[in-house]
Amino acid sequence: MKQKLVIVGAGMASGRVIEHLVENAPDAFDITLFNAEPRGNYNRIMLSPVLSGEQTYDDIVTHDDAWYAAHGVTCRFGEPVIDIDAGAKVVEGQNGPLPYDKLVIATGSAPFIIPVPGKDLPGVITYRDLDDTNAMIEAADKGGKAVVIGGGLLGLEAAAGLAERGMQVTVVHLMGHLMERQLDEAAGYLLRKDLEGRGITIRTQASTKAIVGEGRAEGVLLDGDEVLPADLVVMAVGIRPETRLAQNAGLDVARGITVNAQMQTSNPDVFAVGECVEFNGTLFGLVAPLYDQAKVLGQSLLGTPDAFIVKDTATKLKVTGCNLFSAGDFADGEGREDIVLRDPGKGIYKRLVIEDDRLIGAVMYGDTADGNWFFQLIKDGTDIDEMRETLIFGPAFQGGASVDPLSAVAALPRDAEICGCNGICKGTIVDAIDGGATDLGAIKATTKASASCGTCTGLVEQLLQVTLGDAFEMPTVQPICGCCDLTHEDVRRLIKSQELKSQEAVWQELAWKTRNGCHVCRPAVNFYLLADWPLEYLDDPQSRFVNERKHANIQKDGTFSVVPRMWGGITNADELRAIADAADKYDVPTVKVTGGQRIDLLGVRGADLPAIWADLNKAGLVSGHAYAKGLRTVKTCVGTDHCRFGTQDSTGLGIKLEQTLWGSWTPHKVKLAVSGCPRNCAEATCKDVGIICVDSGYQIGVAGAAGMDLKETERLCDVATEQEAIDVTTAFVQLYRENAKYLDRPYKWVAKVGLDWVKARVVEDLDERRRLIEAFELSQSIYRTDPWAEHARQAARYQPMADLTLEAAE
Amino acid sequence: MNWIDIGPIGDIPLRGARTIKTEAGCVAVFRTGTDEVFAATDRCPHKGGPLSEGIVHGQSITCPLHNWVFDLNTGQAQGEDAAITTFGVKIEDGRVLIDASQLAAKSAA
Repeated sequence: MKQKLVIVGAGMASGRVIEHLVENAPDAFDITLFNAEPRGNYNRIMLSPVLSGEQTYDDIVTHDDAWYAAHGVTCRFGEPVIDIDAGAKVVEGQNGPLPYDKLVIATGSAPFIIPVPGKDLPGVITYRDLDDTNAMIEAADKGGKAVVIGGGLLGLEAAAGLAERGMQVTVVHLMGHLMERQLDEAAGYLLRKDLEGRGITIRTQASTKAIVGEGRAEGVLLDGDEVLPADLVVMAVGIRPETRLAQNAGLDVARGITVNAQMQTSNPDVFAVGECVEFNGTLFGLVAPLYDQAKVLGQSLLGTPDAFIVKDTATKLKVTGCNLFSAGDFADGEGREDIVLRDPGKGIYKRLVIEDDRLIGAVMYGDTADGNWFFQLIKDGTDIDEMRETLIFGPAFQGGASVDPLSAVAALPRDAEICGCNGICKGTIVDAIDGGATDLGAIKATTKASASCGTCTGLVEQLLQVTLGDAFEMPTVQPICGCCDLTHEDVRRLIKSQELKSQEAVWQELAWKTRNGCHVCRPAVNFYLLADWPLEYLDDPQSRFVNERKHANIQKDGTFSVVPRMWGGITNADELRAIADAADKYDVPTVKVTGGQRIDLLGVRGADLPAIWADLNKAGLVSGHAYAKGLRTVKTCVGTDHCRFGTQDSTGLGIKLEQTLWGSWTPHKVKLAVSGCPRNCAEATCKDVGIICVDSGYQIGVAGAAGMDLKETERLCDVATEQEAIDVTTAFVQLYRENAKYLDRPYKWVAKVGLDWVKARVVEDLDERRRLIEAFELSQSIYRTDPWAEHARQAARYQPMADLTLEAAE
Repeated sequence: MNWIDIGPIGDIPLRGARTIKTEAGCVAVFRTGTDEVFAATDRCPHKGGPLSEGIVHGQSITCPLHNWVFDLNTGQAQGEDAAITTFGVKIEDGRVLIDASQLAAKSAA
């Protein structure tokens, strides 16, 4: 006699189970299929092409009514199951009960709704089934703005589909980069760039506080109290197994319905399959393991021994034009190594993770053609030691001879394009070389090759080498560090010209060879980014040396020094009292008067820093930035206030300069001085900017030094008014910020660019001077604040994270 | 193995470090750009610099005093015949756990 098999849920997993049963044992079961949706099985993973309009529902139906009829499956579609009585072995459908011999629960998953106010408003939809898809298509037909909450696989497919249908889409994502579970930061950056290129706005590290609107969703309120207007809100933050029926039936449920390797639940006659199950602590969301489960369940129902095992899965995003692939485990770990290939011009990024000579993970963006080959290597655990050198180039490169870049260049045909920017072919360059252009500069001048973006410089040099042989000496350019092939100057230029506004953008576009730089390049890149993009780029404390991160100077014993600012070297009894009290309270062993006219408290314990800052703040004292590659001090003499020789108010000008410039970050430290007369008591003639007051006004000198090198300032210009002195100084500092190499003091930078070049911009060209001042002020709108006040509020970060000595005592 | 919970991963800045006090002295707990954690003595064998104040890059740490670079997997200093002691540490459900048995073994030694 046929057994009665009842299946709850007509999804992709249960569909595969039925296929298996009707193929292998068509007479074994009398099958009844319940589905809450009023339709049978369709290919859910193809909903995205339906949303974007590339396919229709009819294209993605897997089993139509005729198929179910032909195989004798009784369909109860549009009928939710209300209860399961596992004791009596009866399923309670909305339209009546049905007894079973074997039961399969395939209830799938439900979208996770974030519990914020407004989540139930009309106009808020999830993205899970055909009804959701149709609701989105209907909303998109009206046009307007859509906000998609969730930058994972589902959310991005929804966003791309809605954008394709003409909506203005913003994706709000809680984490730092898109699809963080499948992609590393670099691939996430490329994906973001691609999506932004389609007009989708991406907001990462954005937390949704509420959905607002009168009677229907009108906007999404973010954590910073910003409201993103929205006619449609799509929630796609994740899914959770739909386990309510199983739970009510008394089956074992953890996060999902617990099953054994035979897909059997805690009740021997009840099985479960698909996204609703949990096996060995694992949940399943991608289709490949679900099909494996379906096959095992089919065998179990037929009494054939089989066991489900968890395998690696690969992910692809179904957004036309965004090629990404991720498989296996690509987190770093002990003994794991990376192979990274970046081709910024083509937007390609590939990363392989290797452990014990085996490939265990792969992330690819831009070119995913070899994805399946890599995936196979991961699944098979193939020993890749032999092909390691060329592994990242894919199967096409295996077994070939090793590639020598010079012979590759030599083999290029004459019409091969070398310089993409200017469309210069190899033949043109070779002719130029034969015509006497024997170095890079001459090639640039005669052919324009490598004169624009410069990424082909290496190729041009190789051509010179191939053509001239030993007659050509490769120039020794000094890259920033081993992480890249570019000089500081190149990186600065490219950050500006290519509008690179994040570290990830720099690493990718400028072909960094390490994942996130090193202690040499990171602080430099961090400075370049914040100097060029003060509003767009957020300063990264973790890319700064300890002194700048901690806003205090580390001493050789690991303690710190604290130097409050004394504007122009002026202080008063209250400030001195506060400093003396702090010195007492925190047992400061050394109090020293510095050369920059202020007071240094040396030997403060790291953990005490926030407290001592808070105390000094209370007395009105702020950070003196004695630790910063930024404005240090403006040394002054007493000028006309007290001195019988003083010609101008040098103290007043010093204070005004310090108040204008403080807080700004510069390539290296900047020290100023203002002397009230040519007797120069403030020693202004060896400073980065030194002003000497005279009867007729102010003599501004720059590029002095009194450190490793000793150098007198050079006269930049003479000005008549105090305001002009401030303007010229500000413009000079900004020009230095925009152009100098990180860790070059102004005197080194001026020596490279020439004083005339500086004069032309700061003194002669008044429009440029104005632009420089405006750019400086824009940056200062962010950075002219007291970092101590901010850090004193985060005191916990300066304490140990945990104290295990106490734990041991307990 | 005796895993002790020392706090949520979010308490350590990305590409940064925090310290914990132990019987064996200060231990630095590092978090890399891809959310892996490592733990090692918070003292550079060169001149005693606090490694927790250094720059974390890839799976390495650079000492803030004189730029010695250590591989956090092995503790080995790059190009120097010196190493720091590393400790077992892992993330579970967003919490950082450290192997206290190793810490105890060190303080007993």
